[in-house]
Amino acid sequence: MYFSYFNYWIFIILLMIGLYTVMSRSNLVKKLIGLSLFQISVFLFYISMGKITGGTAPIVVEALEGAPEPVYSNPLPHVLILTAIVVGVATTALGLSLVVRIKETFGTIDEDEILELELEEDK
Amino acid sequence: MFLLVAGALTVLTVRNLFVATMLLGIVSFIMALVFISLDAVDVAFTEAAVGAGISTVLYIGTLALVGSQEKAGIKVAPGAMAICLAVGAVLVYATYQLPTYGSPDNPVHTHVAPRYIQTSPIEIGVPNMVTSVLSSYRGFDTFGETTVVFTAGIGVLLILSQRRRRKSDEEEEKSTAKNGQSRNLSGIGSDHDLIPHVIAKLLIPFILLFALYVQFHGDYGPGGGFQAGVIFAAGFILYALIFGLQFTQRVLSQNAVLYLIAFGVLLYGGVGVVGILMGGNFLDYNVLSSDPVSGQHLGILLIELGVGITVAAAMLAIYYAFVGRADPVSKMPD
Repeated sequence: MYFSYFNYWIFIILLMIGLYTVMSRSNLVKKLIGLSLFQISVFLFYISMGKITGGTAPIVVEALEGAPEPVYSNPLPHVLILTAIVVGVATTALGLSLVVRIKETFGTIDEDEILELELEEDK
Repeated sequence: MFLLVAGALTVLTVRNLFVATMLLGIVSFIMALVFISLDAVDVAFTEAAVGAGISTVLYIGTLALVGSQEKAGIKVAPGAMAICLAVGAVLVYATYQLPTYGSPDNPVHTHVAPRYIQTSPIEIGVPNMVTSVLSSYRGFDTFGETTVVFTAGIGVLLILSQRRRRKSDEEEEKSTAKNGQSRNLSGIGSDHDLIPHVIAKLLIPFILLFALYVQFHGDYGPGGGFQAGVIFAAGFILYALIFGLQFTQRVLSQNAVLYLIAFGVLLYGGVGVVGILMGGNFLDYNVLSSDPVSGQHLGILLIELGVGITVAAAMLAIYYAFVGRADPVSKMPD
């Protein structure tokens, strides 16, 4: 019975790695990469939920003579994740463009160095 | 699956950001394979095109601008680690309350999904259920998501095109007067490599043809506007990478791309408004034709086209913005 949760555990491990990357790395691009990992893990969770053992992709096929009706996996999570992927890359691009601007303003993309620069400006 | 975890861990530890980006692409690609084994062919398609294609290009474009080395010295953040482990522990505890993986009587499968599966082939007449749910049952949702892509494209353009206009208008005019050939704007493009040129020339027509196939065959097989748009953009980006940005913009200029982003969303919304004018609800395709099923067909075709145009144009606009930003000075040594 432990294997029945295997996919969910992988999702959790990926999510933890992503979260840790976002929190512990001070490089902004690395943070965005961590965010992407986090995002991918959530996609995996959704798609795992939609899976039915022995099912097939949700595209209508003609049932063979005498064969049982085909079982389809749940199309709804697929729809949600499909759009989420494209939206995700668009928002990632937005984040990356902000990183580029930060680099131009501060000359660095390291969070700690940016904070130091700001402190110096305040003095 | 374990490959995924291994890949993700290396992404975390490796300090060269360029390597990290490549590894992220690989992780995306493995994830696409996992999606196929989970029956989500449409999603796998999108993940392969977006995760391993476009987003890698965008990351590299950024790295070309900001430099690819992380600050030396690996920090260990005990606080962050503790929070992570706590979150993980709570989630693992929660999985024991989850229904068994793959069982057909999970709650997810008992609400609207059976209706989609049973009636969508009759009501919509489109074999690919993902397409019919995407563009008909959940048309509002998809409209919203297309608008988000649209907005993100505009946002990137706003953020990245600011300084250029202010400072270097004159320089730019001069350099374009020089026929533009002296300056390779693409930043990563190469002038001399023969093999990429030949291969790209052979490949690009097929990539574009395949994108069109995915676009218009999305009703019957895996595919649709989102995937087609991304593949189409990938074809153009490949061209730009290899032959330089000016040639690409001669084919499809920046202004044309801007108009296309808006046109896609307008096409989508327009189909909805036509539905209202013909006596139905917003995004109700039944009224578009005398027969509801063929009306649905027409509606889905049109809005998928709208989605495809917006996504392709937005991705291209984002790419143009990133690459147009790269000065020849900060060109990445390849």
